[in-house]
Amino acid sequence: MSQLLERAERLLDSAKGAEEIEIYISSGVETEVRAYQGEIENLSSASSSGIGIRVLRDGPGGAQVGTAWAGSLDEESIHDALREARENVRFASEDEFVAFARPDGVEPAALSLSDESVLTTPLDDKIAMAIELERRVREGDARIRQVDSANYSDYVAEAAVVSSMGIRAAYSRSGAFLSVEAIASDGHDDQTGWGLSAARAPSGLDLDVAASDAVTRATGMLGAVKPSTMKCAAVFDPRTAATLLAIIGGALSGDAVVRGRSFFANRVGELVASPLFSLLDDPTDPRHFAASSHDGEGLACRRNVLIKHGRLQAFVYDTYSARRAGTSSTGSALRGGIAGSPSAGCRALQLAPGEEDQAAILRNVGFGVFVQSLMGVHSGVNPISGDFSVGVTGLMIRDGELAEPVRELTVASTLQRMLLDLCHVGNDVEWLPGSAAGQTLAIEGIAVSGS
Amino acid sequence: MTSLPGSIWREGAVGATSNLRFMSLELVESDVLQRTIDEALRRGGEFAEVFVEDRRTSSAMLDQRRVEELTSGRDRGAGIRVVVGETTGFAHTADLSEKGLRDAATAAASVAREGGGGVREVALGALRRFPSSAAIEPGDVDKARKIELLLHADDVARSEGSSITQVQVALGDSTRRFIVANSEGVFASDHQVRTRFNVACVATGDSGMQTGYRPVAATRGFELLNPAVVEAAARGAARQAITKLEARPAPSGDLPVVLASGSGGILFHEACGHGLEADAIMKQASVYAGKVGQQVASPLVTLVDDGTVAGEWGYLAIDDEGHESSRNVLIENGVLTDYMWDYLRSRKEGRHVSANGRRQSYQYLPMVRMTNTYLLEGDSDADEIVAQTPYGVYVAQLGGGQVNTATGDFVFGMTAAFLIENGRITAPLRDCNLIGNGPEILRRVDAVAKDFSMMPGTCGKDGQQVPVGCGQATMRLSAITIGGAAA
Repeated sequence: MSQLLERAERLLDSAKGAEEIEIYISSGVETEVRAYQGEIENLSSASSSGIGIRVLRDGPGGAQVGTAWAGSLDEESIHDALREARENVRFASEDEFVAFARPDGVEPAALSLSDESVLTTPLDDKIAMAIELERRVREGDARIRQVDSANYSDYVAEAAVVSSMGIRAAYSRSGAFLSVEAIASDGHDDQTGWGLSAARAPSGLDLDVAASDAVTRATGMLGAVKPSTMKCAAVFDPRTAATLLAIIGGALSGDAVVRGRSFFANRVGELVASPLFSLLDDPTDPRHFAASSHDGEGLACRRNVLIKHGRLQAFVYDTYSARRAGTSSTGSALRGGIAGSPSAGCRALQLAPGEEDQAAILRNVGFGVFVQSLMGVHSGVNPISGDFSVGVTGLMIRDGELAEPVRELTVASTLQRMLLDLCHVGNDVEWLPGSAAGQTLAIEGIAVSGS
Repeated sequence: MTSLPGSIWREGAVGATSNLRFMSLELVESDVLQRTIDEALRRGGEFAEVFVEDRRTSSAMLDQRRVEELTSGRDRGAGIRVVVGETTGFAHTADLSEKGLRDAATAAASVAREGGGGVREVALGALRRFPSSAAIEPGDVDKARKIELLLHADDVARSEGSSITQVQVALGDSTRRFIVANSEGVFASDHQVRTRFNVACVATGDSGMQTGYRPVAATRGFELLNPAVVEAAARGAARQAITKLEARPAPSGDLPVVLASGSGGILFHEACGHGLEADAIMKQASVYAGKVGQQVASPLVTLVDDGTVAGEWGYLAIDDEGHESSRNVLIENGVLTDYMWDYLRSRKEGRHVSANGRRQSYQYLPMVRMTNTYLLEGDSDADEIVAQTPYGVYVAQLGGGQVNTATGDFVFGMTAAFLIENGRITAPLRDCNLIGNGPEILRRVDAVAKDFSMMPGTCGKDGQQVPVGCGQATMRLSAITIGGAAA
């Protein structure tokens, strides 16, 4: 049994009287190396741990909940947090929907997501990878002028959730990453490109993938021009498509729905997207980087079908939003670390793959913008109204093939419209870090703003 | 990248104190710090620093008139860095015992691979202690008073109209005490108190839902908040959402843009602020590298980064490397005068210490960061700037932005905007981004008014979030690309 789980369970014994307690406890170690000009620029190694406590009391008008957290696991910090959580309870509103998760009999998927080799790989090997990554990018093309960040990083983290309602869950995860940003120059123009490789362990990383992605993207943007303002098709590459899917996933959160902050509210059963669009959230699929056996309240994660052939099927719920919606949790509580309380959200989105590869999609689209990077997603996308406007770099599509690079343009529509205007879904699924996998997507009728 | 505080706060990055009493005044005794630095230098480091931090946060959230959650948190620990040549080693620990600090020092020093630096004695003098930024410490405020303010804001927002269907109000405060000591004798402590309050509304109409948002945030204590401040935020957020129900899609293509005073400062934060940070400059990863002394902006542009503006969201008595904050002119009448520096880079380049070394917490290395970045006032009249614009866009509030410093391309998003037709502000517009290239856009500033104000924001860089202020008076760009969905 995990030591964290034992520790958390001991704390449950401190529950007083009629109160219920939930303990979330986590710990992890991480390493980060940044290389620059063949040397180590920064080397960080750290371990951290923390605890989040929720205390719940029943009253005549429903339950009240109070929370507190601490960034260390010494007795004094835990004791203080418990006392604070108890005090905070008194100020919360009584709410008939407030409750901790109850065991629901769903068996967690047996997943192996943590690789010990993250801990046993010698530090020198990790350093060597960062330095080699920088070298390969610098030597990848004569036009690469600078590599301003070449990083290796990894982590191993474990967490446990227990509660006086009988919840008892422990899970762990590891990750190793290479990331690099290159600056290419043709003498008068600078352009950047970013490359990534992600795996559960250092041995799964691919230096060539990360390096060549950065080089190709940076050099491919040289000579980029600002296109003219027009309406046309936009083809999103797998990376940018994953960002789109994650935004749409936000509006499928039961939490947003019950709070009146989702444009999908009251539309279950309706056609909300093109028939090509079938979306599911499946954290039990180990190919997904964010896969997990348990959710943030300790319930088993499960496969949830959200949209099928364009028709809205369901939302994802945690315990609170499910009770407010009159349904049950879908095992979709997310927690933003020790300081965050659970709230419903998608963890591992995947879109059912289509038939075509990227080349076929470009051929079928004929003319449009191929989107390779997005800028200002947080400032130009309103997930409540659905208004969508983001800065883009990419390439023009002419005669069904990639043509000249373009920059300093935006693409705009609304999320509602874009789902309906989807016209091609690729078969080229990439399993990326983050809450969504991605594949090439084409959307018609996008407003391109340029000169 | 920056955004108005709310977008970050939803992730719970900032919170704040509560009525816990503080522990003893010193986080760690000075002789322990001294021995920790000695340990960090034992393998041959040239520079070592210990940063000890204790942060308490509390927050309260009201959603649909339910007080959903009061949260209190505490995070304390130490970050230790050791510099050898061009290499920095870093380790952090939540264990503030002498052994915990020594282990972290040893880990940070492991980058000094050659070893044999010998014994170096570091003498720390008296601690320079800077006072709290709060008149009323958040921990001394009854939580019931905070709840009253939340409920009051909800009442006011709903009274603006029946189309308001959703109101969320959040209040948070943070008390951050830290000590920083380094091998060059810096030994200083600060006590930074920050308070924020924000109201987010949703209005629902035939065209769907629209949002309104207003933040209030300052490096001050509970004295920041009173019923009048809270009412103004609530009313502003509600009216913004209601107004946008009538909004039409924003235009696309190039148009003149008038930015209202305050949040328009995000333009400068993105168009040149990040590009003037010395880390990007030293790596030749900024379009502003090598341009000191050159005309990089319209003569109307005098841009300052100023950590000394008491009470502002980006105010600091000292930066996170222990140096007193200062007012630094970056661009004067359009001519680039200087960059922003962290301590090590300024020392290496022989520049003055601008005190821009900041870190999210003890778990992060300090980086070059902005504080309060603002454009000095001009002499135009704000109303006349609008009246002299035949057709364009008036941006009443910006929500955030992002930049690629190497190419200079940047975006910023409008969350409240209107068309300008025949010199008058007319139809409301839906949210969208604006896009431009920093060096080009700075030359297109063709009017600056006298109605200066500041706005709080949260700036993200390399995964670290820090509070910043930005500001300007009403101003106009002769043209910038509006990323709307209208044909």
